[in-house]
Amino acid sequence: MSEPSSAPAILVEGLTKSFGDVRALRGIDLSVPRGTVLGVLGPNGAGKTTAVRILTTLLRPDGGRATVEGFDVVRHDAAVRRVIGLSGQSAAIQEELTGKENLELIGRLYHLSWPEARSRAAELLEQFDLVNAADRQAKTYSGGMQRRLDLAASLVGRPKVLFLDEPTTGLDPRSRLAMWDVIRSLAAGGTTILLTTQYLDEADELADTIVVFDHGLVIAQGTAEDLKGRIGGDVIEFVVPDRTRIEDAAAAIKPIGEGEPHVEIDTGLVSIGVGGRGSDALIEAVRALDGAETVTHGLALRRPSLDDVFLALTGHAAEEDGQPGGKRRGRRGRQAPAADSKGRTS
Amino acid sequence: MTAVAELEAAPSLSTQARWATIDTLTITRRNLIVWYRVPAYIFFSVVQPVIFVLLFRYVFGGAIPVNVPGGYVQYLLPGIIGQTAAFASFGTAIALAQELQKGVIDRLRSMPMARSAVLTGRLVADTVRMLITILIIVAVGYAVGFRFTNGVLPAIWMILLATVFGIAICCIAAFTGLAIGDEESVQSFGLVWLFPLTFVSSAFVPIATMPGWLQAFANNQPVTYVINAMRALALGHLPLQANMLKSIAWLAVIFIVFIPLSVRAYKRAA
Repeated sequence: MSEPSSAPAILVEGLTKSFGDVRALRGIDLSVPRGTVLGVLGPNGAGKTTAVRILTTLLRPDGGRATVEGFDVVRHDAAVRRVIGLSGQSAAIQEELTGKENLELIGRLYHLSWPEARSRAAELLEQFDLVNAADRQAKTYSGGMQRRLDLAASLVGRPKVLFLDEPTTGLDPRSRLAMWDVIRSLAAGGTTILLTTQYLDEADELADTIVVFDHGLVIAQGTAEDLKGRIGGDVIEFVVPDRTRIEDAAAAIKPIGEGEPHVEIDTGLVSIGVGGRGSDALIEAVRALDGAETVTHGLALRRPSLDDVFLALTGHAAEEDGQPGGKRRGRRGRQAPAADSKGRTS
Repeated sequence: MTAVAELEAAPSLSTQARWATIDTLTITRRNLIVWYRVPAYIFFSVVQPVIFVLLFRYVFGGAIPVNVPGGYVQYLLPGIIGQTAAFASFGTAIALAQELQKGVIDRLRSMPMARSAVLTGRLVADTVRMLITILIIVAVGYAVGFRFTNGVLPAIWMILLATVFGIAICCIAAFTGLAIGDEESVQSFGLVWLFPLTFVSSAFVPIATMPGWLQAFANNQPVTYVINAMRALALGHLPLQANMLKSIAWLAVIFIVFIPLSVRAYKRAA
């Protein structure tokens, strides 16, 4: 039976999965229209990777249903594998092989003939700016190049649906921006993409729709603008360099805002939502902080970021680690949102 | 037939078998290229056994009295070859653990290739690697005075037995590699079971020189049967039939137990 072309590329209903006592997914629903980018946002242990592993047929769900391009991931897993591509958190390439050999090998495993595999590899090396490194062993590549090669490998079979599990985790900012460009051009080419990330700005930049995962549940869904609208209006933020004065500054600012101020002790960053009162609130904030004799840096009014959304939705910051019921990913050492996963990037 | 129905329809069994074979050969080729390009792998699989031959032939050998014509070098070579075949399994376990850790196995399992090819390609490549190593050791053995004294055909049978024995140990190692899934732990664990198994056997010294309690183990473990059978094939004039039958029985048990265990660990590893 042919599915009507308006059917979603990915459809997930009531998906559950447990590992022993840990309930990684507690009933997830998703629908991703063809040719769109879904950003799955959430901290470590939220269930993002588990969902990707089920959708790519690496893991069987305990309950619920999921289809990719109309194929059930359990009953028609072989058919699913023919229409998907997967690029995971670490570069799953063979470091002792050259970039070209890696792609040709994958091509052969997609059952392309040798000439087809060679021309497909050449095409992808060109597209991913790896032509000059094509004949070097992949172990000599930089982290960004390895990730690009890995992404190229996931495209050898011309997938209709691409799963990117934290594609920029551990990359330096420049490689990260380069990766964003690549992902944007794939999306522009009509590939349906499901992208997981811990980086709020990444979802904001790349995704048409965002779902927020927390503890195995979807806790919010919508466009970046929808989600920002949820915390209602602008945010005032500033840094208090003297840590002993952070609490005083927060207390001084509290009457101006709506709700509690948010304080990051590590960085001295204080922020508070001020609704639609924008510049009036800014003036009041200056007076209040002056009255409290608190020295601040970089006092500013800004549009809310997804960080603020996450905080408002879950009561904890997005990059907070060590959730109870966290994912058991330690065994294969896949953790390591590297050093640059420092909260605020906006 | 619509495109969707075509995708849903499972390919015929013969097509599946053909692709499984091609995929296995692709993976084999990749594994052999990797082996060839990493100096450390070449060292551990080839240089180390050669050093063992020289060490036992010229350093320890003189102190070990044996009851075979031609002296210790004749006794030693089948033992070293058996140990080398068993130690080839380190490569199997470590490579699988690495692939698991790095996500290579996930990548391959999310592709429309034969899922079995990751394991079969690994075993075929390791068998090729093992055979090359064994032939090098035979050559080095000839250089230091070893001779097959039982004819060409039994010599070939000896190499075949060593290879099948090595594959059996590789199946155990594949299971440990996939079940443990961490390179360093896999390596240490390999030492823990493979060292006693190969050294507390008839590989290097006559078992009669060991204390009684150790003899009980050494006399009844598979490595001893396999190496005794190999020695009988290589040199002649030694008891073959009983050792051969017991070897075959042990190898059959290892395959029956560890092939399903490895396959299960591979499926679960995802």
